Amino acid sequence: MEKLKLVMIGNGMAGVRTLEELLKLAPDLYEITVFGAEPHPNYNRILLSPVLAGEQTFEEIILNDLDWYRDNGIDLRIGCKVVDIDRQNRRVIAEDGSVAEYDRLLVATGSTPFILPIPGKDLQGVIGYRDIADTETMMETARTHRHALVIGGGLLGLEAANGLKLRGMEVTVVHLGDWLLERQLDKTAGKLLQSALEARGIQFRLNTNTAALFDDGEGRVATARFSDGEEISADLVVMAAGIRPNAELAERAGLACNRGIQVDDCLQTSDPAIYAVGECANHRGIAYGLVAPLFEQARVCADHLARLGNARYEGSVTSTKLKVTGIDLFSAGDFMGTEGTETITLSDPIGGVYKKLVVKDDVLVGACLYGDTADGGWYFRQIRESHNVAEIRDLLMFGENALGDAGHQGQDKAMAMSDEMEVCGCNGVCKGTIVKAIRENGLLSVDEVKKHTKAASSCGSCAGLVEQILINTVGGAADVKPKSEKPVCGCTDLNHGQVRQAIRAQHLTSLGQAMQAMEWRTPDGCATCRPALNYYLISTWPGEAKDDPQSRLINERAHANIQKDGTYSVVPRMWGGVTNPSELRRIADVADKYQIPMVKVTGGQRIDLLGVKKEDLPGVWKDLDMPSGHAYGKSIRTVKTCVGSEFCRFGTQNSTQMGIDLEHALFGMWSPHKVKLAVSGCPRNCAESGIKDVGIIGVDSGWELYIGGNGGIKTEAGEFFVKVRSAEEVMEYSLAFLQLYREEAFYLERTVHYMHRVGLEHIKQVVLEDEARRKELHQRLLFALSFEQDPWQQQIETPALKKEFERIPVREVETA
Amino acid sequence: MNWLDICALEEINVLGARIVAGPKGDIAIFRTAGDEVFALDDRCPHKGGPLSQGLIYGKRVACPLHNWQIDLASGEALEPDVGCTHKYPVKIEDGRVLLALKSLKDCA
Repeated sequence: MEKLKLVMIGNGMAGVRTLEELLKLAPDLYEITVFGAEPHPNYNRILLSPVLAGEQTFEEIILNDLDWYRDNGIDLRIGCKVVDIDRQNRRVIAEDGSVAEYDRLLVATGSTPFILPIPGKDLQGVIGYRDIADTETMMETARTHRHALVIGGGLLGLEAANGLKLRGMEVTVVHLGDWLLERQLDKTAGKLLQSALEARGIQFRLNTNTAALFDDGEGRVATARFSDGEEISADLVVMAAGIRPNAELAERAGLACNRGIQVDDCLQTSDPAIYAVGECANHRGIAYGLVAPLFEQARVCADHLARLGNARYEGSVTSTKLKVTGIDLFSAGDFMGTEGTETITLSDPIGGVYKKLVVKDDVLVGACLYGDTADGGWYFRQIRESHNVAEIRDLLMFGENALGDAGHQGQDKAMAMSDEMEVCGCNGVCKGTIVKAIRENGLLSVDEVKKHTKAASSCGSCAGLVEQILINTVGGAADVKPKSEKPVCGCTDLNHGQVRQAIRAQHLTSLGQAMQAMEWRTPDGCATCRPALNYYLISTWPGEAKDDPQSRLINERAHANIQKDGTYSVVPRMWGGVTNPSELRRIADVADKYQIPMVKVTGGQRIDLLGVKKEDLPGVWKDLDMPSGHAYGKSIRTVKTCVGSEFCRFGTQNSTQMGIDLEHALFGMWSPHKVKLAVSGCPRNCAESGIKDVGIIGVDSGWELYIGGNGGIKTEAGEFFVKVRSAEEVMEYSLAFLQLYREEAFYLERTVHYMHRVGLEHIKQVVLEDEARRKELHQRLLFALSFEQDPWQQQIETPALKKEFERIPVREVETA
Repeated sequence: MNWLDICALEEINVLGARIVAGPKGDIAIFRTAGDEVFALDDRCPHKGGPLSQGLIYGKRVACPLHNWQIDLASGEALEPDVGCTHKYPVKIEDGRVLLALKSLKDCA
């Protein structure tokens, strides 16, 4: 089939990102031609300020070099401006007379600086701040001239002023508003920022208009006059008073335009053959000027260009950050506050810290931070996900404290870290390495950083730090979407919630059927989506969906834990941590017979046999004659207990028996992530019930239940859930909660993260307040568990399964 | 080239692998969804993880230790990781999986 022709006008970040996404989806659908007015390949426009400030070079901010275009078969015409779109004949005409025909046209012409219509605006030395050429002009002028005037105290204006000051110029910023960055900061923060910049030697004139510019007699600007009649010297005037969507070309071609090219939720313009993305496009009345929304548009537009047609762009919540080294500010959402909003403020003008949070109907809707922005990413997530913050309101101002407290020296402020400090304790990755990778490879998401540096790719405890570093390095361009909004993996555009929903709604019961129904892009998925899909299938349709061992990671397939040398560890079940002489003798005999190098007591009150060869596993299991401890699975692990009222002089309840009963009831339960329980017999809590997925504490009058505790990477104390009177109730409430978690959580989401996502209130409503639903949940879990057997027994008894553990000796094979 | 008869194709699970005790250590034989077979040293170029125990998808395997993605046909790690594991010629004839080793004597 002959390829369709795709022409793109504009060679900037939004457009090229669209092509990248498109090439991933449909590499062979189009013959692609790109026209770029600038004489450069695609570069990272948001990093022009660090270049101006002398912190990076032009080479470092190139995103797609010429090889990239060539390798992808793209006909790139740089330095070639398109002057006309001929919609009748579906072709575009360039300045040099060249013509390109299209089946689909993508307009990504970006924006142009708004040039104030004042006398002298055309003089030499009067520029906007938009591209490499402008930046070069500024750098060159700073070498030869003294006085710079920046018109506009917005993000771009202040970055320009800072860069010019660093390059040795005397800089004045003139600004129409009452304070700086009035679209990003409130007045208090704006004044703090102004003091900080004044301390660096930049001068400000607020509430002031520029009336006219005068030349030096040779056509170059020399003086500026303000509305109050005062005049100052100005050899360079940078107009940073806003941008205008560059829609002139589209407008002339008759496309519907109104402050930008109008596009629908598919990024389609009024001509169905023409799409528009980026700063030139106006979506639902908004023309976005920040890069994160543009990338979301790119993904959706690519989906439609690839003829998949199932993605929609519905607008973005944006956040901003000023890229001036040493000045830290962050804002997102509705930080000014309107009617019906409440404001929480922390103000320390001497220490240079100011934080304002805007709450509406118990949901965080805006944040404005100055001086300490460490929690910016976290607040931004709260805003985007519209979490109910009523329960954490008193702590909200202090942010996501104790963020990642294992493995990186307790550091939780990325800004305060030096380049040599270790961020990822698992893989030994320093901050400098991460920053370098982000800059050199143009990384914009934590996932990309994981791939390139390995930071946060193991235990993930430093993911928050990596996110901070990312935000500090690329600002608003950082893609910090929560898991609930991200596609499961590269094989699909659907997120976890949508996949769960489809499996239930369409009654999908096998992996192949599910992938087909949801239009998976790969024939057999990948190592990320297959285990997730398998879990969703078997947890949604117990008894119907068939478990697919090949879609489980090795531990769940081998029913043991793989170790670094390829051997395995075996943990037999000891109900409630209680054992007896006969079991201990068998364990000792097995350790002798199979020469097991280490026998160790685990934190879950049982015994671990480490260093077992894979082929010995079935023999070990048989000789142990104990059930699997599931120490390897996304499943119920153990129920830890204390000795309770049977022996302990303080015990109020028989916690040991309660634990044994729970462990029996939950045996074989697969779950989104591992699940650990504990039962303590009195509030001294010797079984550590406060840090378990379900923790139970016996008191004289009954039992207290806590949920969502976690003792791992980040210690999380469980939330008090309910107090009940009887052991039967403990069983019913615990199992109902766990079943809700099994049905609603995303794969690899621990109870604590699930609880934070859906809210404790939701869980209480379903399990505590609705007796009928609680009983249904309880029954559904019992039904699902009725299909589970001891996996070790199954492996020993089924010859077909056993061969998985055998090695084929070459001595026995013959030459064919 | 010595073609050794290893096993019947059915003895390897679809999207599964078996291990052959080779002359210089274990060799992993993989079977894809499309019933193609590939043979690689059972050692990830990263930290020596047993690739035979990994999750197989398309013509790739994800190492069970640290999730490096290895191309089954070339033995090379996928970007951005760098590394390569040794590959062996392998084919299917009459439903039997045949593996080529240099010398049978090495297979002690």
